[in-house]
Amino acid sequence: MNRALPYLLLLPASLFLLVFFFYPFGLVVVESLTRGGEWTTENFTRMTGHWKFSTAFWNTIWLTAIVVPVQLIMALAMASVVQKLKTGRAGLLYIFAIPLGISDLAAGLVWLAIFEQSGFLNSILHAFGVIDRPQLYLGYQSLWVIFLAVCLAEIWRATAIMMVIIVAGMGLIPKEYNEAAEVFGASAWQRFTRVTLPLLRPSLQTALILRILMAFEVFAVVMALGGTTLPVLMGETFQWQFQLQDRGVAAAYAMVILGLSVAFSLVVLRLLHVPKGARI
Amino acid sequence: MAEIVIKGVAKQFGAFTALHSVDLTIADQEFMVLLGASGCGKTTLLRIIAGLEAPSQGEVWIGGRRVDHLPPRARGIAMVFQNYAVFPHLTVFENIAFGLRMANMPQAEVERRVTRTAELMHIGQLLKRYSGELSGGQRQRVAVARALAMEPDVILMDEPLSNLDALLRLEMRAELKGVLAQSKTTTIYVTHDQVEAMSLADRISVMNGGYIVQADRPTEVYRNPAARFVGSFIGNPPMNFLPASPDGAGRWRVAGRVFDGPHAEAAEFAIRPEDLQAASDGLNAEVRVVEPLGPHTLITAEVAGQPFRAVLESDRQVAPGDVITLAPVPDRIRWFDPETHKAIA
Ligand SMILES: Nc1ncnc2c1ncn2[C@@H]1O[C@H](COP(=O)(O)OP(=O)(O)OP(=O)(O)O)[C@@H](O)[C@H]1O
Ligand SMILES: [Mg+2]
Repeated sequence: MNRALPYLLLLPASLFLLVFFFYPFGLVVVESLTRGGEWTTENFTRMTGHWKFSTAFWNTIWLTAIVVPVQLIMALAMASVVQKLKTGRAGLLYIFAIPLGISDLAAGLVWLAIFEQSGFLNSILHAFGVIDRPQLYLGYQSLWVIFLAVCLAEIWRATAIMMVIIVAGMGLIPKEYNEAAEVFGASAWQRFTRVTLPLLRPSLQTALILRILMAFEVFAVVMALGGTTLPVLMGETFQWQFQLQDRGVAAAYAMVILGLSVAFSLVVLRLLHVPKGARI
Repeated sequence: MAEIVIKGVAKQFGAFTALHSVDLTIADQEFMVLLGASGCGKTTLLRIIAGLEAPSQGEVWIGGRRVDHLPPRARGIAMVFQNYAVFPHLTVFENIAFGLRMANMPQAEVERRVTRTAELMHIGQLLKRYSGELSGGQRQRVAVARALAMEPDVILMDEPLSNLDALLRLEMRAELKGVLAQSKTTTIYVTHDQVEAMSLADRISVMNGGYIVQADRPTEVYRNPAARFVGSFIGNPPMNFLPASPDGAGRWRVAGRVFDGPHAEAAEFAIRPEDLQAASDGLNAEVRVVEPLGPHTLITAEVAGQPFRAVLESDRQVAPGDVITLAPVPDRIRWFDPETHKAIA
């Protein structure tokens, strides 16, 4: 009885997951591999054959490749500073965490309010006389501005989640390791790279995987700032599902996102692997 | 050349004073042991010398250079931490090599030093392991090896052998002493094991409640305690103390017997348990507990209502309840001021 108890307690949650996650997930897998009741790979050929696929794919990858490393560096820097604070630490963490409380669509809209033709940016630049009439920043002629705006919005929105995880991870590292490194001649930078970072690997894994998965699913922010001008994988999934009413291709897109997520998670796990016995 | 001078160093943690104005000079290549009960400030003093803690007042000089404003790595020291601080993410080899790598030492030299110190600490076969795969005693030896590998001018050791079994400890103690003497290192060694202190030290600093009570050669600390605390802390069993009342100039009545003593207002009589001989004339002691220890027999008795211990030859037959006469060896009797607890010459 005693040994079965934990499993029994977990049973409702497990059942819930099985029914409401794995079952629909299985349906999506089947959907992506069938068309009109027949097993086929046609959904995938249709998907890759469409001119927007490769743009959406690479936009998503580039967004991730730029946003995640920038966030990682910022989160590490901010966490290191927060870690050193003696007072006001909790307050600062709350401030940094504010964007976390905002949905991604709202975040997109905040930045839209800044960048749009009648937005804050134009008002400010105009007020200072830098420009003489409002500029169109988010038009299809200047894709890179949309891209940049999306990057900014994403960084603003989701750096805090990494920071919070990293601050918690840093709190778990006993200070004596840093002291030992200091006595044995390590500079502040060396202590960071030789002691803090390696001991932070478990937290970095969590933060990176969480953040990379979020990045591959970027959608609402892009929609708010660029509509379909800047296609991304999740946006295309939405388009095929609801605009083009082709559930098969939408399912194929979902599979691509899943594949990317799994692949990158494995890469992160592998790169930041902590050997047995080497944990704190 | 690494003489360490500590001038008026004090440390407060909030309202709590961990160190009261400590003055101490440790000569170049000297082996200084800090000895004291738990919580008396040994680690705090060591951390101040290392630069991990800033003194509230006072100065620290190493090798003729004032260092209290310098970061730890600029002080030319190596340290063995009380809680080891062996890096969990590095193998034993890389742990020992850590300081050498920071100093950009060539790989061949790193390997030579790591292998040598690891052999010395009997952990040569563990070089590929991580610290999570070591026992507490093995981890401790890694910490010692890491410090020795630096071949520093000054080495600070905070209870480096506390976690080893008695036999290994004896062996390591001897090896440490040999290595440190050879390497011309100035050593500060913290322990609360007095046997270790006696056997290793050139000088012992006895600490109590944030003060250094006495800093002297081991025999001196043992034979001539500068304060009552030193006598009661050092020696196993510790010194016996008995109240004394004046009985003419320079003569004192102790437990009904009269002894020659100092010319003073008041005094307390003290004698080490091994400086007592069973004789026909001496202090009357009523035996309470008899503990045969092999070569000797430890007796806990009562003299004039005070607990009193004596170490006797093991062939002497005594039983609880016996009344025996114990004669103090005259030149081993010590006197303390009952007010200040300082020794009276
Ligand atoms: N960071 C700190 N904040 C407040 N009090 C402290 C701090 N560090 C040490 N103390 C106090 O200072 C006193 C001396 O501590 P210290 O660690 O130097 O003792 P110690 O002699 O090394 O003892 P032990 O033999 O148990 O290691 C203790 O009473 C301890 O509670
Ligand atoms: Mg200590």
